Amino acid sequence: MATNPQSQEKGWGLYIKNKTKPVREDINMAVKVRIPTPLRKITGGADEVTANGADVAAVIEDLEANHPGLKERICEDNGSLRKFVNLYLNDEDIRFKEDLKTTLSDGDELSIIPAIAGGK
Amino acid sequence: MDFTEEQIERYSRHIILPEVGGKGQAKLLGAKVFALGAGGLGSPALMYLAAAGVGKIGVADADAVDLSNLQRQIIHNNTRIGVPKVESAKQTINELNPDVEVEAINKRLTVDNIREVIRDYDVILDGSDNFPTRFLMNDACFFEKKPLVSGSMFRFDGQVAIFSGHEDDKPCYRCLYPEPPPVGLVPSCQEAGVLGALAGVIGVLQAVEAIKLVLSIGDDLKGHLMIFDALGMSFRKVKVRKDPNCALCGDSATIKELTEYEQATCEFNPADV
Repeated sequence: MATNPQSQEKGWGLYIKNKTKPVREDINMAVKVRIPTPLRKITGGADEVTANGADVAAVIEDLEANHPGLKERICEDNGSLRKFVNLYLNDEDIRFKEDLKTTLSDGDELSIIPAIAGGK
Repeated sequence: MDFTEEQIERYSRHIILPEVGGKGQAKLLGAKVFALGAGGLGSPALMYLAAAGVGKIGVADADAVDLSNLQRQIIHNNTRIGVPKVESAKQTINELNPDVEVEAINKRLTVDNIREVIRDYDVILDGSDNFPTRFLMNDACFFEKKPLVSGSMFRFDGQVAIFSGHEDDKPCYRCLYPEPPPVGLVPSCQEAGVLGALAGVIGVLQAVEAIKLVLSIGDDLKGHLMIFDALGMSFRKVKVRKDPNCALCGDSATIKELTEYEQATCEFNPADV
């Protein structure tokens, strides 16, 4: 997470310490998004794409803008994640972080991990 | 237990491992492992479990061997086409290792029989080919308090995990994926295609984890999901948390008995490939 420049300035330290972490809506983090085989048709075959956004929800919108059709494959109509698809931020399931509001840092890796059932 | 001369020779590469030893080999010979499916995943898993000397192996599958299976289902062969898969599997296991007792169940597991079938076993492997069966087996293992070594694959991707929701802090399949996809939305049939050798990678990982569970050695995949990408040739391990809101193993669980989800018919849609 990039720090708010103001927090670095002299005199703000004590003030910032008692506040929640400042979030800059205008900061766009570039993250790597790993695309599973079943969705690669939408990304033109790419197994990894770059997307921008301060949190997971913003990244999904950015993905949809560049790869139309991706959002409906991983999200319900109401925008929540489908129950047979998980998003991992690095090695952690975002449902156990702040879900779609999970904030991202430059260089983070987001993975789409759908349930697969083949065995025979 | 006392080993025969033949057993000492057969299992010598296990017995010389400090982590296994004679004691571990005796555990394997006394272990009971069940595999759902004698298909792509079941084939290699069953063969390595048998080779390792797992004393009793159960296998359930309702299908017969088909020529199109032989691209990956290596427990079967050309002479077994048309033979029930569990009978073919039993024959291969018997020829591989006479120490192993095989229970061959030539039928589909359902709400009515699955708990009774797995009750006598220590470790369960899932190598089934559809979501309804995977949820059914997860729930049955939870109610019967059995660790479930789950493997699945799709085209070039594979996943392996151990679900053990009856244990504190250990997740079940529903903690990872609360519900199966609606019928028809996600291709779960092998008509979508699968790299044959991928079944070997995933099925053998299941066997490795089952054997480690029997031996109580190493770090197991409880609480983790191993993801294998054969095209990118990468393994990644991610965390699977126990979901406090899980309908099966969570704090206020709503699932109190087995339920069966609708089974998708296996329709081949070339547009999906």
